Amino acid sequence: MGKQIECKNCTLGYEGVPVTEGISFTVNSGDYLCILGENGSGKSTLIKALLGLRPVMSGELQWIESKQGEIGYLPQQTVVQRDFPASVKEIVRSGCLAKFGFHPFYRREEKELADKTMEQLGIKDLEDHCYRELSGGQQQRVLLARALCAAGRILLLDEPVTGLDPKAQNDLYELISKLNKEGLTIIMVSHDIHAAVRYATHVLHIGSKKQLFYGTKEDYVGSRLGQSFIMSEEEEEDHE
Amino acid sequence: MSELVETLQYYFTFPFVKYAMIVGLLIALCSSLLGVTLVLKRFSFIGDGLSHVAFGAMAVSTVLSVSLKQMSGGESRFAKLLEDTNGMIIIIPLTLLAAVLLLRTGQNTKIKGDAAIAMISVGALAIGYMLINLFSASANVSGDVCSTLFGSTSILTLTVEEVWLCAAMAVIVLAVFIIFYNRIFSVTFDESFAKASGIKSDSYNLLIAVITALIIVLAMNLVGSLLISALIIFPSLSAMRVFKSFKGVILCSSVISVVCAGIGIIASILFSTPVGSTIVTADIAVFFIFCGVAAICRRN
Repeated sequence: MGKQIECKNCTLGYEGVPVTEGISFTVNSGDYLCILGENGSGKSTLIKALLGLRPVMSGELQWIESKQGEIGYLPQQTVVQRDFPASVKEIVRSGCLAKFGFHPFYRREEKELADKTMEQLGIKDLEDHCYRELSGGQQQRVLLARALCAAGRILLLDEPVTGLDPKAQNDLYELISKLNKEGLTIIMVSHDIHAAVRYATHVLHIGSKKQLFYGTKEDYVGSRLGQSFIMSEEEEEDHE
Repeated sequence: MSELVETLQYYFTFPFVKYAMIVGLLIALCSSLLGVTLVLKRFSFIGDGLSHVAFGAMAVSTVLSVSLKQMSGGESRFAKLLEDTNGMIIIIPLTLLAAVLLLRTGQNTKIKGDAAIAMISVGALAIGYMLINLFSASANVSGDVCSTLFGSTSILTLTVEEVWLCAAMAVIVLAVFIIFYNRIFSVTFDESFAKASGIKSDSYNLLIAVITALIIVLAMNLVGSLLISALIIFPSLSAMRVFKSFKGVILCSSVISVVCAGIGIIASILFSTPVGSTIVTADIAVFFIFCGVAAICRRN
């Protein structure tokens, strides 16, 4: 159970304006960390910092036992992708690009890795299908396979179930949970509190301006913040 | 039929017709390769914007060379250089600069990408036309402007050097595209993932913008600055109707583009129609054929 990421009292922000302060947490190998927070609370800034695309303004964000490039990232879907003419195979293989250094074409080990990952996620039979003709759940699986190809031992998921129907949401959560049990560290950004409570081992809750909670899931459910957040979400669902 | 073939054979004995064919096919190939990426990245209009900038730059270079000559009594070295290179030493840097600027504003939120393109493109067109009108020494201003915009004759007046320049450019574009093919795919499909996995997507965007600018400057000779976007957009849109993988789309769109350019040039010789618009008409026809094919495929 080695430490993989340690974040100590970090301030995150854009162009000198802090969005959120005092972020501290650690990620150990095999953890399932769920990052909760409202819109504008700095979740996406934190993702950029974790991916090394934006430096932290102050504090320390350290990578231990693994390198920054070894993170597999599942971004939110963009408009461009929805009608993109590409086969599943092409997309999954593009996850291998960074791992094997610069070659103009894919080599055998890259193709094998992509094949293996597609089998693992049960999308091997779709490999020649067109991405834009797949269902939402299948598309997310394809992007997850690509992220797995790039991943060393950590997977970073940004709102992975957005836009999926309940059945597909559930399937995807189960799949991620299975990957976690096989030893992969998961960091998931979400505002789905129920999934966090059901699957995660740790919870990081960011409010606007500062960190509200970091700890194990059990502590979070027991805390007043966790209780009120779960309650308010349920009320909202009742209204719907 | 045999009469047509004879006419063609007769025309192809002239070197300038051969040059036009070679250059036309090469430009069509390059622009269709880039077109797929530009359309998918929602950058279709960058081609349009840049072509207008190239038109403005051409006006500037014409005016500069004329007025420099007048001031120095025909002995200005710079004016001679401008004439020798067809104004390329001004047109290429200005278009490149505009390409880089447009790409920057795409990321900056103060002026949205599409508005910035519209602004630069219309601005360059207006200023270019004004400059030509104010300072041009030529008696036939509207004829000059028309041929720059629609490329009526310049493809038939190519010199051997220009053909070589064009071939060299085409080889560079092809090589860049093949070497970086997988990375261009990754950056086109998903920039944030590409960035996260350590691909320098900003540099690739810059590379794409630079190549686009170069191709547009070259393609001005073929179809004129108003119709360049058609060369970039139509073949890739047609290919996207039918093909389902990125590789399929790229290959199909380059075949469509080259075939249409060939047909267009031959038809324009046979029926003495303007080269640029004949090629674009062929592209449009193929687009509708492919739409039909896609509809039939879907029904089955």
